[in-house]
Amino acid sequence: MSDSDAIDAVGEDGDTDRRGRPVPTGVPLLELRKLSKHFGAVEALTEVDLQVHAGVVTALVGDNGAGKSVTLKTIAGIHPPDGGLILWEGRPVHIRAPKDAASLGIETVYQDLALCNNLDIVQNMFLGRERSRGIFMDEDSMETAAVETLKSLRTTTVKSVRQTVASLSGGQRQAVAVAKAVMWNSKLVIMDEPTAALGVAQTAMVLAMTRRLAERGLAVIFVSHNFNDVFEVADQIAVLYLGRLVASIPAAHLDRQMVVDLVTTGTTTRAIATSTNQIGA
Amino acid sequence: MAVNADPDRSPAGALEPVGVRDEATPLDATAPAAPDSSVVSLDAYVRAYVARVRSGDSGLLPVVCGLVLISVIFQVSNSHFLGVANLVNWLQQASLYMVMAMGIVFVLLLGEIDLSAGYVGLVGGAIAAEMLSGTHPWPLGLVIPIALLTTAAIGFGQGLLITRLGLPAFVVTLAGLLGWEGVLLLILGTGGTVPINDKYFTDIATGYFTNLTLSWVIVGALVVIAAFVLWRRDNRRRSSGLVAPPVALTVMKIVAIAVAGTALVLLVNANRSILKVAPIRGMPWFVLEVMGLLLIWTLFLGRTRPGRYIYAIGGNKEAARRAGVSTKWIRTMGFTICSVNAGAAGMLIAGQSGGMATSIDGGQLVLYSIAAAVIGGTSLFGGRGKAIHGVLGGLVIAGIVNGMALTGLSAQLQYVITGLVLLVAVTIDAVSHRRADTTV
Repeated sequence: MSDSDAIDAVGEDGDTDRRGRPVPTGVPLLELRKLSKHFGAVEALTEVDLQVHAGVVTALVGDNGAGKSVTLKTIAGIHPPDGGLILWEGRPVHIRAPKDAASLGIETVYQDLALCNNLDIVQNMFLGRERSRGIFMDEDSMETAAVETLKSLRTTTVKSVRQTVASLSGGQRQAVAVAKAVMWNSKLVIMDEPTAALGVAQTAMVLAMTRRLAERGLAVIFVSHNFNDVFEVADQIAVLYLGRLVASIPAAHLDRQMVVDLVTTGTTTRAIATSTNQIGA
Repeated sequence: MAVNADPDRSPAGALEPVGVRDEATPLDATAPAAPDSSVVSLDAYVRAYVARVRSGDSGLLPVVCGLVLISVIFQVSNSHFLGVANLVNWLQQASLYMVMAMGIVFVLLLGEIDLSAGYVGLVGGAIAAEMLSGTHPWPLGLVIPIALLTTAAIGFGQGLLITRLGLPAFVVTLAGLLGWEGVLLLILGTGGTVPINDKYFTDIATGYFTNLTLSWVIVGALVVIAAFVLWRRDNRRRSSGLVAPPVALTVMKIVAIAVAGTALVLLVNANRSILKVAPIRGMPWFVLEVMGLLLIWTLFLGRTRPGRYIYAIGGNKEAARRAGVSTKWIRTMGFTICSVNAGAAGMLIAGQSGGMATSIDGGQLVLYSIAAAVIGGTSLFGGRGKAIHGVLGGLVIAGIVNGMALTGLSAQLQYVITGLVLLVAVTIDAVSHRRADTTV
C-alpha cells in the first residue's frame, strides 16, 4: 500500500525541452488510438489519437462540447468507447467500469471533488478503501498514511487532518481530493477543471501541486478552460475541436493565440516553432 | 505570454527547488507547509471547541443545556421531580424513546426518515405478546429473536422499496405508519389487549438486581474498562504523533465517566419505593440494556466500515457511490437497523405495560423518538449524529413528558409544548447546518 511505489523517476537522462521540462520519450503510459464514441446520432468523439506520458502534464483544452468530458469519462470507464483502442503501457486494455480504471492506476479528480463535507480529511482520503484490523477500522494507520501523502504533496496548509472537509478552503479541498487520488499507486491522475472555482492564491497552490505530481513521475491529464493555467502547468497541450483531436503539441511550441485559434477554429495559421508538432485531422 | 511565466522551474526529478518556489507564493507564506499532527494543548483544544460551536457544530452542548433547563424548571414547579423515585421513573420512561431514537439516528444520518418505526415496534411487541399468551406459550429464547427478526424484515422490505424502486422514504414509511397500525389491530384482535404473564419477559423492562453490591461491581467494571481503553488509545496516538487530545482532557473524560457512574449507582441503590415498608433498590436491567445498545451502535457507527459509509452517504451520496460504496445496500441496512431498534423498544413497551394494547399510540411514539434524536443533536439533513444523541434526546423528551404530567399540565398544553421543543431543536439544527455549509 506504500504510495512511494507510484513514483517512477522520469527524464533522468536530462532530455528536456527549452523550458527545462522533460520531453516525453518511449512507450506512452496511455495511448488512445482512433477512439470514437457516439451517443445516438451524435458523434461525441471521432478517431481521437492521444498519447499521455508518465511525468508529463498533458493539458486537454477545447470549447464546450468539444469532447473533453467524454474523453475523460471514456478513460475513467464511465463511458466505454464505441470504436478504437486504449493502450495502457503499450498493451490494449478494456476499461468498462470505474473500477477497471482504478485497478490500472487511473484516478480522476472530478470538478465537484466528490468529498463528504461531514467527514474529516483522513476519512475522505480512505473512503471506500478503509484499512481494517478485525471488524474495526485501523484509524491510526490510515491517519499516518494520509499525513505522509499530504506532506509529500507539500502544498497542504491544513492544521489538522482530523478536521472536517466542511472547514477547509476551496484550495485545501482540491489538495485533499488530489491526495486521495495519488494514494493508491496511481499512475495517471485526471484533473477536471481543478482551478475553476478557486482564487488566485489557491490556484497557484493547485498548479504547483499538479507540477509536483508530474515530477513524482505520474502522468497528469489537466482539463481546463483557463489558458493561463494551461500554459503555467502543461508540458503538452492537446486540443479538441468538435470531437476531433486537432493538435497535440509541446506547450513550449505554442503561444496563447495559437491555442485560441485551435480551440475556436480547429486550425492555426501561425507558424509552429518546431517540426516535432503533430497537427492532425 | 504565459509560456515564459516560470523560468526558474527545475527539471523533473529534482524536488528541492520546487519547495523554494513555493515559499514565494502568498499562500504558503501565511501557513505551515505540512499538517501539524501532534498533541494540542488544552488551551488550544478549548479554543478549537469554541470555534467548532460557533461554526455550528455544537455537539452535545444544546442537549445538556436542555437537560439542566428541564431539571430546574420542573424541580421548581414540583419538588418531587428530582426525587429518587421520579428520577428512576424518568429513566424508565426514557428507555423506550432512547432505544427507538437510536434507530431513528441511523435513518436521519442517511438523510432519510422513518415514520413507521413506532407501529413497526408495536407490531414486534404484539407478536411477542401473542406468542407468550395462550395455553402453550413459546419459549422466551425463541419469542424475542422471532419478534426482532420480524421487525428487521419489515425494515428491510421498506428499505428495498425505497432504495430499489426509488420511492421517497417519507411516503413509504407514511404508508407503513398507517398499514402497520392496521396490522397491529389485526394481531391484537377484537379484545384490543393481549396480556403477558411471563415474568421473565416483563423483567426485560421492569426487572432489577436486588444485590446492591452488584450495582457497584457492574458499573465499576464498566468505568475501569472505559478508562483503560480511553487512556491507552489517547496515549498511543500521542506517542505516535497523531492528532490527539492533551493528557488533561483524557483525564477529565475519565473523571467525568467515573462521576457519572458513581451518580448512577447511588441513584439506583437508593430506595425508590413510595412505601416505606417495601423498599425497592438495585440496578434496573433496562439501564444495562440501553447502555449495551448504546455501546454496540456507537462502535458500529464510529469504528466499522458500514458505519462510516452511513455517514458518507448522509454527507454526499454521489461521492460515496463513486468511492465504491454500495449505497443501496447501506441505506437498506439503515432502515433495517432502525426497525430492529423499534422492535426492541416494542419489547420494552410490552414488558413495561405487561402486554400489548391498541391504546398505545405508535404515531406519537415515533414522532417523540424523531424529536428525541433531533433534540439530542442529530441533524435532519443527514451526515451528522451519534447513537448517544438518541439516548440524551430520549432523556429530554421523557423529562418533558414526565415533568408536565407531574405538574398537572393538561394534555392539550403538553402537545403544544412538546411541539415547540421540537421546533426549537430543528431550528438549532437548521441554523447550524447553514453555518457549517457556508464556512469556507
